[in-house]
Amino acid sequence: MNTMNVMDRTLETKTTKIAARDVNVYYGDTHAIKDVNVKIEANTVTAFIGPSGCGKSTFLRCLNRMNDTIDICRVTGDILLDGEDIYDKRVDPVQLRAKVGMVFQKPNPFPKSIFDNVSYGPRIHGLARNKAELEEIVEKSLRRAAIWEEVKDRLDAPGTGLSGGQQQRLCIARAIATEPEVLLMDEPCSALDPIATAQVEELIDELRASYSVVIVTHSMQQAARVSQKTAFFHLGNLVEFGPTGQIFTNPEDPRTESYITGRIG
Amino acid sequence: MTDLSQSPTPVPAGQNSLLTLSDRTKKRNAAEKRFKIYGISAIAVGLLMLVVLVTTIVSRGTGAFQQSFITLKVELLEAKLDKKGNRNLEDIKKVTTFGYAPIVKAAMQQAVQDLGIETDLKSKQMAALLSKNAVAQLRAYVLENPEHIGTTVEFRFLAQSRVDGYLKGRVSRDSIENDKNISPQQLDLADELLAAGVLEKTFNLDFILGSDASDQRPEAAGMGVSMLGSLFMMLVVLALALPIGVAASIYLEEFAAKNWMTDIIEVNIANLAAVPSIVYGILGLAVFINYMHLPMSAPLVGGLVLTLMTLPTIIISTRASLKAVPPSIRDAALGVGASKMQAVFHHVLPLAAPGILTGTIIGLAQALGETAPLLLIGMVGFIASNAPESIADGLLAPNSAMPAQIYEWAKRADPAFYERAWGGIIILLVFLVTMNTVAVILRRRFERRW
Repeated sequence: MNTMNVMDRTLETKTTKIAARDVNVYYGDTHAIKDVNVKIEANTVTAFIGPSGCGKSTFLRCLNRMNDTIDICRVTGDILLDGEDIYDKRVDPVQLRAKVGMVFQKPNPFPKSIFDNVSYGPRIHGLARNKAELEEIVEKSLRRAAIWEEVKDRLDAPGTGLSGGQQQRLCIARAIATEPEVLLMDEPCSALDPIATAQVEELIDELRASYSVVIVTHSMQQAARVSQKTAFFHLGNLVEFGPTGQIFTNPEDPRTESYITGRIG
Repeated sequence: MTDLSQSPTPVPAGQNSLLTLSDRTKKRNAAEKRFKIYGISAIAVGLLMLVVLVTTIVSRGTGAFQQSFITLKVELLEAKLDKKGNRNLEDIKKVTTFGYAPIVKAAMQQAVQDLGIETDLKSKQMAALLSKNAVAQLRAYVLENPEHIGTTVEFRFLAQSRVDGYLKGRVSRDSIENDKNISPQQLDLADELLAAGVLEKTFNLDFILGSDASDQRPEAAGMGVSMLGSLFMMLVVLALALPIGVAASIYLEEFAAKNWMTDIIEVNIANLAAVPSIVYGILGLAVFINYMHLPMSAPLVGGLVLTLMTLPTIIISTRASLKAVPPSIRDAALGVGASKMQAVFHHVLPLAAPGILTGTIIGLAQALGETAPLLLIGMVGFIASNAPESIADGLLAPNSAMPAQIYEWAKRADPAFYERAWGGIIILLVFLVTMNTVAVILRRRFERRW
């Protein structure tokens, strides 16, 4: 990946994976997300950038209904995953979250063994018929998360004993073990050092081949490095959404320009 | 020399060295020192109280674990115990404890004679050195071994409580001046018997395992049966309070919507934890006994009352330990598609378990030491003379509980019971300290750091 030559990045047209239409989110009386319309494509890394409190994480959590756990949170508008409204009354968020996996800001492995961490998802979704299949899934997921070589000899060791970067990759392995179609990442590198960040970023680029990845990040360099599409949020509005190269070199909106040049934030 | 302008009272240039303390610093340091002294003295006073408490309890209570016994050879006369001579148990049973009294008297007199002790006491007065329990002990033995009638058997009888007190230093010749239960001549005899080794003071397992005895026989009283009463109550409390409390906490903490209803419930649970325990007692009397007609004095009712009392403690501590599980664990579980219930039961609950267990054990310990509610449901003052025969019996038959038994003993006039009350407190404290230690160990052992 050639880091800063964003203009050269090719962008082939792809099918729309998630489409958000007129999404509004309220926390009690606070209007956190205002009329957001966005199309997230398959096999693409989409970055959400914007200053703190702009609503990018909130919007991300709407995509797999993690906001349901917050009592005072209310979502209006439509979010379609493969054309199906995920906020339809008939949709069980549990099934949705199996399709739309999530990686959180702080690495949060379960205080269990590495194996149990990865096998938990497949186990509760019944993806493996026997132990051998489960082991296969665990190995495959750990390999895809680029952590297999480091942990293959100590799968029984607690996941919380790994280093920060390893923990985050373990969480990614855990998320992809359930075979999701979309992977949401909420500032996955903010708790990591530059080396671990580089590893995770490399991994994100590889994951693009199989999943549609949405990543929230504070780091504009990171957005520029890993994403093909970038959405800039400001005060709950989606200010600008387009190919990463265009956003970073030739933004249409003056607010985007101010942000990426460091004048607001 | 930089911040002089910001100081409200400018310090003269000469005093601004770091090597000399400013007045302000001196004042602050002095305040800190004073505070430390207050703290240390508060802790010292607390420790001193603890030492006083423990030494008082131990010095007064250890006596209860020793008892004076008189060993006698008793001739089980056939003429008195089985007149027909056919060893028919029904006939032998017809002889009451009164029928055994002459045998005991004779045995005592014989022993005194054999030892060559000079005394002008009558055989009845000599036998008065023995506990009133001796005849009952003898009768029980004969009924169990009728084939021994006609032989001579060696028995270890309890000594009367005054004799026991004399050996323990509680009773002296001065203190018995107006005592009808014992005379100085009898104490002289006791001295002789002690010298001869017939009378001896040994460890008394019956105090720990035995049952309570009537006012007349403090030497025979023990904690065992009331311990069983407490045990059955604790079983009821554990079986009810733990599942109900944990289920209620999980629902309130993880599932219930946060609204004014749950707020009211939360406030009420906190209030219930502070309700005086006697209120639970009167509630138990009204509901379980008067309305539901459960038996009086039964450990089942005691357990139900203590369950009500323990529930708030368990709910509060369980909710606190559920709250202490970081939300990131819930997010992680929900994020891979676990349902809320799976997230709670697979991940949150195991992490909260040590805290829940600790809270439960502390709640149980609190319930174990509780006396007031038991007053109202008739578990105080009741004397259970036999250990329960079955679990149902243990739950439903009238019984007492450890703290109630202690209260009962402390209330009786005879100082011998007073000693047993202290001894009972030692047993109770051993239980409580053990439970709290287990709680601390569990917490230390399973505590997780995130």
